[in-house]
Parts: sequence; C-alpha cells; structure tokens
Amino acid sequence: MRIAIASGKGGTGKTTLATNLAALLTARGGAVRLLDADVEEPDCHLFLHPAIERREPVRVLVPEVDEGLCTACGVCAEVCAFHAITVIGSTVLVFPELCHSCGACELLCPEKAVHEEGRDTGVIEHGTVTLPGRPAFPLVTGVLTVGEAKAVPTTRATMAAAGDGSVDVVLIDAPPGTSCPVIEAVRGSDLVVLVTEPTPFGLHDLVLAVAMVRALDLRCVVAINRADLGDDRVHAFCAAEGIEIVLELPHDRRIAKAYSRGELLLDAVDGLEQTLSVAWERIVVAAQTERVLS
Amino acid sequence: MTPSRELVVISGKGGTGKTSVVAAFAALAGGAVLADCDVDAADLHLVLDPKLGTEHEFSGRRQAVIDRGACTACGRCAEVCRFAAVLGAADGDYSVDSIACEGCELCQRVCPADAIHMEPVINGAWMLSETRFGPLVHARLGVAEDNSGKLVTLVRNEARSVAEERGLLLVIVDGSPGIGCPVIASLAGADLVLAVTEPTVSGRHDLDRVLQVVRQFRLPFAVCVNKADLNPDLGAQIAAEASAAGAAFVATVDYDPAVTHAQVAGIDVIAYGGRAAAEITRLWEAVSASLSPSLEGEVLDA
Repeated sequence: MRIAIASGKGGTGKTTLATNLAALLTARGGAVRLLDADVEEPDCHLFLHPAIERREPVRVLVPEVDEGLCTACGVCAEVCAFHAITVIGSTVLVFPELCHSCGACELLCPEKAVHEEGRDTGVIEHGTVTLPGRPAFPLVTGVLTVGEAKAVPTTRATMAAAGDGSVDVVLIDAPPGTSCPVIEAVRGSDLVVLVTEPTPFGLHDLVLAVAMVRALDLRCVVAINRADLGDDRVHAFCAAEGIEIVLELPHDRRIAKAYSRGELLLDAVDGLEQTLSVAWERIVVAAQTERVLS
Repeated sequence: MTPSRELVVISGKGGTGKTSVVAAFAALAGGAVLADCDVDAADLHLVLDPKLGTEHEFSGRRQAVIDRGACTACGRCAEVCRFAAVLGAADGDYSVDSIACEGCELCQRVCPADAIHMEPVINGAWMLSETRFGPLVHARLGVAEDNSGKLVTLVRNEARSVAEERGLLLVIVDGSPGIGCPVIASLAGADLVLAVTEPTVSGRHDLDRVLQVVRQFRLPFAVCVNKADLNPDLGAQIAAEASAAGAAFVATVDYDPAVTHAQVAGIDVIAYGGRAAAEITRLWEAVSASLSPSLEGEVLDA
C-alpha cells in the first residue's frame, strides 16, 4: 500500500505526520518504508537520524557536441524546444540548466555529432532508521543539489525507491504545492493524505490540493493540524465535498516545542500513539475501499 | 527617475509566516507594488481584499496532440518520448498524456504520417488588482501544471512595469517555499532578500539551504526568525549562523496568536494590532533602511 502525505500550503505538518506514522507502523510489526520526496527541503532525517548506507547520484542527460564531427549546421538549436542549445558562428553552446533531456538534439543531428552525458542534479540517500524500542526501517531521502532549478528528476529517482509492492506500507513525504514535483511524488499512491490547518490560507491551498488529487484521478483524506486554531471553514469544505477527516491534532505548545527540537511526537506527547493509531486505521480503510463511481 | 527597488521574501520551509509578513509590509510601506510569486499556493489576496482589475491567460508550454485520423499507429512517437507521455502502445489508439508531456516536440518531428501537432496549453492566469495598499500582481497556476518558474518571472516583470508606470518606488515579492525553480525565478536581481524562518530543526535546515542559493546569486539578504520564543536557544543559534553567513541584519518576532486571528478576520496583522504588529513594524524599519539607496554600498559589501 502506498500512502502519500501532501498539502497545498507549506508548514502544515506533513513531515510530522509522515515521520510519526512511520515510527508507529514499524512498532506494529509491518514492513514500512518512508520516502522523503520533498527534495528541495527534505527534513525527515532531522527527526529520524538515519544511518546512511549508500548515496546514489541523480543524473540527468545533457548534450555534448563532438566538435570534430559538428558542421555548425544549427539543426540541434532549431529542434530544441527549450532553447538549451544554440549555435553562434561555428560554436555550439549548451545551457544544461535549461535542458529537459528530451534527446531531440542527439536523435536529429545529421552528423551524429551530439551525444548525451550525465550531469548530477541531486542525490538519493538510502538509510536505516533505528529508534529506541522499535524495529528498524528504511528511509530514502531525495536531496536536490542547491542551485538546481529542476526538482523533478530527483523526485522521480526518490519515487523509484518505492519498490515493487513487496513492502507492506510505503509512506511518502511530498513537497508542498500542486505543481510538477508534487505530482511526481503523489502519482501511483493508493491514497493521498492532505494535511492542512483551519485558516483561510490552509483552506485556500487545500482546495487547490484536492483539485490536483482529482485531476490525477487519485483519492484523498484530510488531516487537520492545529485544529482548534482558526475557524470551521475547512470542516465545512470537507463535509460539502465528502472528504473524510482522518485526524485532528490540537494546537498544543508541547507539540510545537517537541517539533522545534526535532523530537518525535510519539515520544513527547502522551496519548498521541493512540490518536495516530486511530487515524491510521481510517487511512487503511479509505485506501482499500473501492472507488464508488458517482 | 529612480528605478524601483525590489524586496523578495522567501523562507525555505513553508508555513513560517512569509505571507503574513508581506501583508504587514504592504500596510507599512504605503504604496508599494505587491507581487504574489507563490503561484502554486497564492494566498496574499486573502488578506488584502483586492478588487480584480484585469485578468490575462498564461501559457507556459505547448503540448503534443495526435490527430487520430492521420495516425498510422506506427508507434514511433512513443518510442522517442522520454516522458512516457504517449499513451496507447497497447491497443494502437495513440494519445498524449497532457500532464506528462513537456512539450519537447520530438514526437511531432519524427512522426512519419505528420499526425502530430503542438498546441499551446493555457496553464494559468495572472491578474492585476488593486488593494487598499497599492496594486497587486498575482497569478493562478492551473492544478497539476508545470512551469511555475515562467509564471513567477512574468509576475515579477509585470509588477516592475506597474511600479514604473505609476512611479512607485518599491516592489514587494511574496516568494515560494523550497529552493527550486519558482524560488530561483523569484530571486535574480532582487535588491534585498528577506528569509523568514522559525526556530525549529527544519526551519534551520531549510534556511541554510535556501541561503546557499541566495549567496550563489550574490544577493544581499536579511533573516527574520519568526515565533522566536518557541525555542529561544535554537532561535539564537539560527541568528548567529545567519550573521556569520553575511546577513545584513537578523530580526526576531515572537509567536502571537493575533497573526492567525488577523488572517481569519481577513486583514493584515498591522491593522489587527498586538505584539507581533509592533515587532513586524520594527522589522520593516530595518528592511527599509537596508533598501534605501544611500545604504546600498554597505549592504552589498556586507
């Protein structure tokens, strides 16, 4: 089962939910794997302190031109939809940060003077999390190299570590927002848990996130953080849209302080293990329920 | 004429209070152009109550479309597509997955039957609205859409033209969380970058990454530790690290539920009043001092 934890608005508690659920589930005996797919700002490791076993670079293909074969005919520049390659006089210039690795220049160069080389834009860290009194579980973290604009190849490489379905539960900590890196992280999930807060910003961005989930033909449930802060418009929206609220966490300074120190809430707040267990049962039921066509 | 100055507010981590700070700055600046560049989750309008002026379509990309009548089902398009965007290899009924298509045009170029053409995708809109504090340029990115960087660049450019036309001296940009394409698109050429963070392990980690990007661009920057009293020790550590990294100044704002209450009431925190309002006013004074042209040399050298 693959469960993605996402949100429109940032800072609503995605990482808190993902890390604590992983810790909860490993203690219950199933095989759990956590993927940190928020590659621009991956934070799960700050709470879970994995021992990193290996690092794999994320390579994207960019063109290289063999000057011996190149006749500066300009076809490569003409066929590049992203203006990532240009010909000035007899020189071919490549702008790797603009390249989408589509392969057009290589395929269409009449002189076969273009070949593709790997360029590192991120790294995938494979680690093991060992929390006191709980069985170890794997954490896979995608880390976008600072200064790189395109997050998607690293997100995609992180998602490749979801495996073949042999793991009981794959949890995904997705990035905030609704655009390309988020889509890459939530695609293929059995259920998306959207974390929000009951404020105008939280609601506005939740509405966008729900639209994204539906555009991808996925299903979602909602978790409300700092549920007693703000107003009741998120509840009203979920009721109107028929979206189940699986979890409500109160605005609690103990939770905020534990989070600020990088502690798991399961360890810091009494009763939270029970609250999260109930939420998890609801998530499982929602993920396994056959879609009812309306 | 003095060219307008541009303040870009970012955070690394989401949910640290960027938009609330920008809305407060809007109230304090009195006549700045506001640019909401968090195009994925644009929220600034929720507290500025804008009157919508003009709305314009945004097309950030083109996508391939297969003419089923002309298609001979040879499968060449699916073979060359690197984005798994050509569907139908199983049954020969070929079509393009519009979300996966990146618009590289390669399928169109190799199709022997000339059955593929490119169409612009309308994947968002940008708006010029009027708020009680000045013009607001904001945008809406279609859900599940790509190219937020292009839309960010467009919003910034439009905000700058509005400033020029109306003789306004400041553009305040509300940026995106993260460090990727929309953030990079919002940074180039900024006169001052203000990073709003919080005293949490994630706030510190994410600030460190986004400040590395800011420093690669060699931009002057300042840091605000929001909700500083949540973890004063970590707040002090973040402040010390930011100063060591070259921040023009570091300010702190304590947690104040008035910030959320103001948002629920749909107004800026300055109008709502309270402790945070006073602290954000002090922050604004430091920001405007850093932005004033007479200090430019010092800020750039810092």
